[in-house]
Amino acid sequence: MDNIIFLIFRRMRAPLLALILVYSIAILGMVLIPGRDADGNVWHMDFFHAFYFVSFMASTIGFGEIPHAFTAAQRLWVSFSIFFTVVVWLYSIGTVLALLKDETFQRALTERRFARKIRHLREAFYLVCGYGQTGEALVRSLTERNQHAVVIDILDERVNILQLENLREYVPGLCGDARLPAHLLEAGLNHPLCEGVVALTNSNEANLKIAITAKLLHPEIEVICRADSHDIEANMASFGTDHIIDPFDTFALHLATAIQAPCLSLLQDWLSLGHSNLLKDPVYPPSKGLWVICGFGRFGKAVYEKLRREGLEVVVVEANPDTTGIPSTAFVLGRGTEAETLSQANIERAVGLVAGTDNDANNLSIIMTARELNPDLFVILRQNRKDNDPVIEAVGADMVMLPSQIIANQIRVLLGAPLQHQFVKLVLHQEDEWACELISRISALVNHHAPEVWEVAFTEQDSHAVCAHVKSGKSLTLAQLMTDPRDRQRELPCIPLMLLRHNERTLLPDPGISVQKDDHLLFCGSHQGRDRMEWTLQNENALSYILTGETRPEGWIWRQFSKKGTR
Amino acid sequence: MNPEKVLFGFFIVLALTLNFGFFVGELDNPEHHHVYELFAVIVVNLVATVLKFGDRTQMGAVLLATSLVAMLQLFAAALVWTVVEHITGTGMTPAATASVVSLSGGAMLANVISVVLLIIETVMLRR
Repeated sequence: MDNIIFLIFRRMRAPLLALILVYSIAILGMVLIPGRDADGNVWHMDFFHAFYFVSFMASTIGFGEIPHAFTAAQRLWVSFSIFFTVVVWLYSIGTVLALLKDETFQRALTERRFARKIRHLREAFYLVCGYGQTGEALVRSLTERNQHAVVIDILDERVNILQLENLREYVPGLCGDARLPAHLLEAGLNHPLCEGVVALTNSNEANLKIAITAKLLHPEIEVICRADSHDIEANMASFGTDHIIDPFDTFALHLATAIQAPCLSLLQDWLSLGHSNLLKDPVYPPSKGLWVICGFGRFGKAVYEKLRREGLEVVVVEANPDTTGIPSTAFVLGRGTEAETLSQANIERAVGLVAGTDNDANNLSIIMTARELNPDLFVILRQNRKDNDPVIEAVGADMVMLPSQIIANQIRVLLGAPLQHQFVKLVLHQEDEWACELISRISALVNHHAPEVWEVAFTEQDSHAVCAHVKSGKSLTLAQLMTDPRDRQRELPCIPLMLLRHNERTLLPDPGISVQKDDHLLFCGSHQGRDRMEWTLQNENALSYILTGETRPEGWIWRQFSKKGTR
Repeated sequence: MNPEKVLFGFFIVLALTLNFGFFVGELDNPEHHHVYELFAVIVVNLVATVLKFGDRTQMGAVLLATSLVAMLQLFAAALVWTVVEHITGTGMTPAATASVVSLSGGAMLANVISVVLLIIETVMLRR
């Protein structure tokens, strides 16, 4: 980067030298040539006036002949020098300005400014490499939780989009190749406050390179990677990448869960929605019968494995078996967009259809054709591009797989709500009935909107009032904590999902349990519930009202009065 | 022989010699210090400064720094001259001459350092 600045300086030599040379010749001429003042006396222009005159002559401002009208000899010299000084002035100033506007030079300046901004960051941040659909969704949800991020993308337009985006926190963006360690370092890989690196570029190799660079240069930080192939995943895992997210496997697992335990998968869905979204209806993928999978790519294979493991009969339709390979079970050659191929795959007696090619138009066509042959199909659609949202919505598939959304959701939970991530993992070992019961309890609390999920840490900073209370030796139960601080007869609309105490996790802790310092709790409930609980956690008066039912006098004067009254 | 080095050395040495020519003479006697000489010193120093632009070596950086110091001193000298001649109108009194010449003396010191550095660099190259 510094090279460029030196280079620019080097290139400025010639125009500046020309300027100096021509100016000095013109000035010297003006000084040497004798003039006459108003009274006809001979005078010599001094250097100061000569410099002044040449300066405005060369820049074509031209104030006139000063301090006295010129003699013919002086005018002759001026008429010569006008031409060369003006030309050299235009040339030099033009070249210098062009150099300053030079693209490489400007880039060097931008990079330098960016590096300075990163150095001055004072809050923990995540380094997001790749600002495509996934990156955009992730950065948005991170900033909505007041977490900070720094973005690198190889395309200028995407970084410009970042600047236009109306985000809650300032997110510095660098246009550069994240595969180059220099750019990662510039973006703050070595910064002590860098918490993690998220590699989301659409190239597996680039993600791998980013992961390995991050692990070597800053081994303590978390590295999260997107990967689409099992080779690359194994490679990334080999050097300790913390989380590898494969959208296809993730979705296939989700589908398998939905087939086995619909309530469990609905619970996962609801908790990861974010409270501003509407609740999703449960889906019941048929667990018996024939499934048709169109497209045997990465997605098709992942779903195929899971469905086979559930013991379902599966027929695969694929147009290019040479590149994708052929499954060991029934197989039909074709794209699946024609009725004929679908009939060969027995679509008439199938219960489920997976439109899993990497082309949205084909996927939609597959679904439309198949529905004509068999209107009762359960349809799973792979959406490849986010901007096809309106058509995807119109076709009304039972489940839609959008890779960027899946990855963004997962990383958001991983980074923003580690407790929730643990909860979702633990829940997988529970029975479906357990989940169904929890689902009905949650739906009683919230209407139409997804529940809010939040963590409470019983630390001095996050829950000052409760900590002070517990410190003084008194106990506080979970049930008391979940009381409405405005009316203690009422309960807050929330459910404690998990308690983390000394690395031990308890699912759905009993309301009678007493809280201790340094406990971590995961709640879900309505947004209001969260706000009011925050009040109890931090405000001593609200807490004491909940415990005793009395409103404590707040100010010093009123406290004095109330003391007198009780005496 | 590198023509760039010839030009470079030429201007650096010329800056010093002209500077010395302006500096010698009685400190406060305006007769001994001509304005044309100061003009020449300033122009040659400017050229020398620009020639030093864009050198990435440590030596280049120090050479540029000495030139910038010399320029600063010479501009100050020219400014003092202009002020006493045209603004206050006192003309070149012994006091004013002394300050102009001593400022150019400072610039000369910087130019000496430049030349010394140039010699050191040449000796170290051994080619």
